[in-house]
Amino acid sequence: MDTSFVIATFIASAIAYSVSLLLGTLGELLTERAGHVNLGVEGMMLMGGACGYVTAVKTDNLLLALFAAAAGAALGALLYAILTVTLRANQNVSGLALTTFGAGLANTLGSTVAKSNTPDHITAFFSFHPFSLGDVQNPILRFLNVSLLSHDVFVYASILLAVFLSWFLFKTKEGLSLRMVGENPAAADASGVNVTRIKYMYILIGGMLCGLGGLYIPLVLQRTWHADITAGKGWIVVALVIFVRWHPIKAIGGAFVFGALSIVGMTIQQFTQISSLVIFNQYIMVMYPYVLTIIVLVITYARKKAWRGPSSVGNSYFREER
Amino acid sequence: MFQITKRDELPTWQGVLIRIGSILAGVLLASFIIAILGFDPVKTFAALIGGSFGSSSALINTVTIAIPLAITALGLAIAFRMKFWNIGGEGQIIMGCVFATFVSHNMPASTPGVVLILLMGVAGFLGGAIWALIPGLFRVYLRTNETLFTLMMNYIALCIVQYLHFVLWRDPAAKGFPKIKAIQEQAHLPMLFGVHIGFIVAIVLGVLVFLLIRKTKLGFEIRVVGESAPTANYAGINVRQVMLTGVILSGGIVGLAGMVKLAGAVYTLSPSITGNAGFTAIVIAWLSNLSAPIMLVVSVLIAALEQGSQVIQIKLNVPSAVAAVIQGLILMSALGGEFFLRYRIVRRKREQSKSQKGDA
Repeated sequence: MDTSFVIATFIASAIAYSVSLLLGTLGELLTERAGHVNLGVEGMMLMGGACGYVTAVKTDNLLLALFAAAAGAALGALLYAILTVTLRANQNVSGLALTTFGAGLANTLGSTVAKSNTPDHITAFFSFHPFSLGDVQNPILRFLNVSLLSHDVFVYASILLAVFLSWFLFKTKEGLSLRMVGENPAAADASGVNVTRIKYMYILIGGMLCGLGGLYIPLVLQRTWHADITAGKGWIVVALVIFVRWHPIKAIGGAFVFGALSIVGMTIQQFTQISSLVIFNQYIMVMYPYVLTIIVLVITYARKKAWRGPSSVGNSYFREER
Repeated sequence: MFQITKRDELPTWQGVLIRIGSILAGVLLASFIIAILGFDPVKTFAALIGGSFGSSSALINTVTIAIPLAITALGLAIAFRMKFWNIGGEGQIIMGCVFATFVSHNMPASTPGVVLILLMGVAGFLGGAIWALIPGLFRVYLRTNETLFTLMMNYIALCIVQYLHFVLWRDPAAKGFPKIKAIQEQAHLPMLFGVHIGFIVAIVLGVLVFLLIRKTKLGFEIRVVGESAPTANYAGINVRQVMLTGVILSGGIVGLAGMVKLAGAVYTLSPSITGNAGFTAIVIAWLSNLSAPIMLVVSVLIAALEQGSQVIQIKLNVPSAVAAVIQGLILMSALGGEFFLRYRIVRRKREQSKSQKGDA
């Protein structure tokens, strides 16, 4: 077996697998930067996935499908925002309720397209790889081609989005306002920032990104719909946001590491001497991302000077209490 | 001009009215969505109620689903009282089942049922308690955020049980079908009125948790720590010790919930053993305002939704996932309704706004 080819294919599938994680992480990251931890990511990814996939199957129009995915997930995020921003409900419980609601709605909607496949036009769009070198002989070029350059537009767009969001968050005035609301809403309010607008806006945008991430799973990875298709990716996202310490650029690497660890067990099975060891067993290896997150979490909180994420996360803001 | 102000204590009947009103609003919202999805909301709700309470067999199923939910909620509520966000119920249920299964697999077949059940109960408690204690220790000594830690522990537990299911404890007698060997037959919980005696465990635990919180020194300390850890410290309460004790009790009871479901209803450990009870119970505990008796009732109602969801699928061809939609919406409106318990919207005219100070 050609080992370098196996590794290259593995990297390629890890990247493809991590796209939905990356988009979800960017979405949840924006939400948490606004001071809200939304545990409804799984529900929003499912809602986005179902709305988008139903639209894709019915219309074979990618733009409409993307729009439907963003809108469907944003509806879930809107419910969460009304509850936690305006009505000041507990964020954890509201997020869990959103996951229950979103999963129920998505599985109900999705059951209408359960036996369908991704239609032709959309499949054609995703089999177009803009940077592919075609059939190359040079082993190094071939490795790069298979692992990094043979991806669809969506993959490169989501990486660009992460770069853009870093610039937005740290170099623009609006980004500063967003971070301020997450750190100290009272101070932001006093300096003239509309706290409610910022919170609603970035909870909704965050939801839309989760929805787009959710759509990628049925549309491209699985090419069909089945119930609970996200299979826990929404929860990995919640872990990832901490793992990348609320930083969009780091989310690219973080999502790749988590994606790779989620599927490496299956690749390693091809090498029986290694996979017979317990620590390389595929069921044990899927545990590593979570263990890694715990380690990061512990270190983050144990260091006295370390930044522990937006400090208003979890607390609702009530002007009269400031 | 509207303004939102904090309320003082509400009379009980008003609080109850607001809660019932918000749950009804949730039912209305859910009916609306069911209608949009193209189903008949009246028929759906009728079938849901009939399918969960309408016959004795339906009622038995409902109660069977409610038992682990209620015990889990009782356990989680102890942690929530301390503002320790234990959302690791899933993992603690799983570890309770893993420990209990381990005991059953390793005890001789001649062990009397009562002894085996008691040992499995202790093991279940231990499994859940250990799984909660790990994040608890990190929270107490290193201030690690317990919400995220307990959440991660869920997934680690799930990976462990998958490993046991597919590799380590895979039953060779199952002919290639991945399956863990069932627990010993004498360890099955006895039946009473057609339901396994887990319901007695749930009721007894409900009373015990109620007494613990309301009548004991530990319960008082738990409540004070939850209100304000600095105050508790100032009052001479050993916050670390109280918190760790509370976390052990919380995780242990949740682990016991897993053992009860294992020995009372499913008999075999599998990756899907929790049936999402760890998350559903969080919502039950919160909806019940962390009150033990209310949790028992709310568990039965939520269980009715799950049981009824099977019936609407069979009878009306309404996807069973619709029940999750209803559950989610009722929850959200109940959560939203709490706003009106804590705040009130005061309407005041501009010229009066200076003389009236929030009191009307």
